[in-house]
Amino acid sequence: MFELLIDYGPRLLDGALMTLKLTFLSVSIAALLSLPLAILRHSGGLAVQLPIRLYVSFFRGTPLLAQLFLLYYGSGQFRPELQQLELWWFFRDPFYCALLTFALNSAAYQLEILRGGLQAVPRGEIEAGIAIGMTPRLLYQKIILPHSYRIAFPALGNEIILMLKGGAIASVITILDLMGNTRRVFSQTFDISVYFWAALIYLLITTGFVLLWRLGEKRLTRHMQHQLNGSQSTTPITATRMEESAHVS
Amino acid sequence: MSASPAMPLATAGIALQADDLHKSYGGTEVLKGVSLSARQHDVISIIGSSGSGKSTLLRCLNLLEVPEAGRLSVHGEALDLSGNRSRRFRRQMELTRRRLGMVFQSFNLWSHMTVLENVILGPCALLRQSRDAAIAQAEVLLDRVGMLNKCHMYPDQLSGGQKQRVAIARALAMDPEVMLFDEPTSALDPELVNEVLQVIRELAAEGRTMIMVTHEMRFARDVSSQIVYLHQGLIAEQGPPEQLFGNPQSEQLQRFIASLY
Repeated sequence: MFELLIDYGPRLLDGALMTLKLTFLSVSIAALLSLPLAILRHSGGLAVQLPIRLYVSFFRGTPLLAQLFLLYYGSGQFRPELQQLELWWFFRDPFYCALLTFALNSAAYQLEILRGGLQAVPRGEIEAGIAIGMTPRLLYQKIILPHSYRIAFPALGNEIILMLKGGAIASVITILDLMGNTRRVFSQTFDISVYFWAALIYLLITTGFVLLWRLGEKRLTRHMQHQLNGSQSTTPITATRMEESAHVS
Repeated sequence: MSASPAMPLATAGIALQADDLHKSYGGTEVLKGVSLSARQHDVISIIGSSGSGKSTLLRCLNLLEVPEAGRLSVHGEALDLSGNRSRRFRRQMELTRRRLGMVFQSFNLWSHMTVLENVILGPCALLRQSRDAAIAQAEVLLDRVGMLNKCHMYPDQLSGGQKQRVAIARALAMDPEVMLFDEPTSALDPELVNEVLQVIRELAAEGRTMIMVTHEMRFARDVSSQIVYLHQGLIAEQGPPEQLFGNPQSEQLQRFIASLY
């Protein structure tokens, strides 16, 4: 079991790097995409909302694997056209296809999560911003988005973990990510323990990520830390004392 | 009757004037043509039973609710509210709001910012003040409302009265022409009401122009230069406090005052 790790460990690590790269890139692209889409979905007219809703229901309602096949094998059907558009270099590459599919898929989920966050922003705080004369842009920047991302943060973390693991299906279209390399090693050695090692690496990655995300969450909710200290009337007193003792030390 | 004070007085000295405001929600007309004018240093209290439209009126004055018809001018700059909602109109609304300080019943402090950040955000982002200047000003204002020692705390760590005092400082930081108070003490525990009223009283003594909706009748009587009694979406009576409380003309106001004692 351990000899296998010595022989094939570097390959598994290579795969893990690929998995990290694919996840990080697709989740980041999705984050960029989902923000404007969520805002449009939240406050745009029906004409903008409808296509976004269609997009979301397609990507949430069909298997990721099907989406990947559709894009990777489906684009092959249009090879002449894509060549003419000089886009073939993109669609012939399994990595780009997986990246695009995962980004679109994750964007659909992130969009819905963010929309929930946008809806949950305290109405009164928005009103206070309007009342002071903020432009819509400033309102989003200073009040709505900070609240939305804080509210959406745990669910977004969850989505990233799901993407990380769901990304294993990229191995089906020949990408040598962690899962792809694991399968390859297994087909050469028939040693089932390679799957055990792969699982362990996945577990390590997700655990590390969860810990990191929790730190971020703590930072984002630092204005709420004192709420747990007791009833409202005692809270300010406790907080004052804590601050005072912090100054002393 | 709807007393309309829209006489062609010289605009100088008039801080805020609203003419013939109409506002309805889904077919129900809440304001049926209200006119109100506040001269500089005026303290106007709007009273009336619930549902009379007093909160709506106040929210219409800073355009949190946009009336369907009417005119609003702040410090001589007029805004025709029956016009179309163009980009330019929205821009004018934003500029008008910056000249009016709003204090809400439920404080509405930005909960993810400290007390100090709450107070400096407007001046920094909207008035283009430097951060240092805004902080210096905020410290003066927070000191005045007795909240300087809490300036690095978050709203959730404060009591209701403290939050409201910060909200007042936040509104003052924009150096508004008129301060608007929407039932500023209604969400407070009884023992916290006075600390907030005291701050408002001091502002009145300084000569701040203020318009407020309040249920604190004794307070309204003490600090106001004018009382406006709203009934069913119209101004039923209006005048100095002694006159309105001492010698109410309309039957509704007589009944309203009787119900208070």
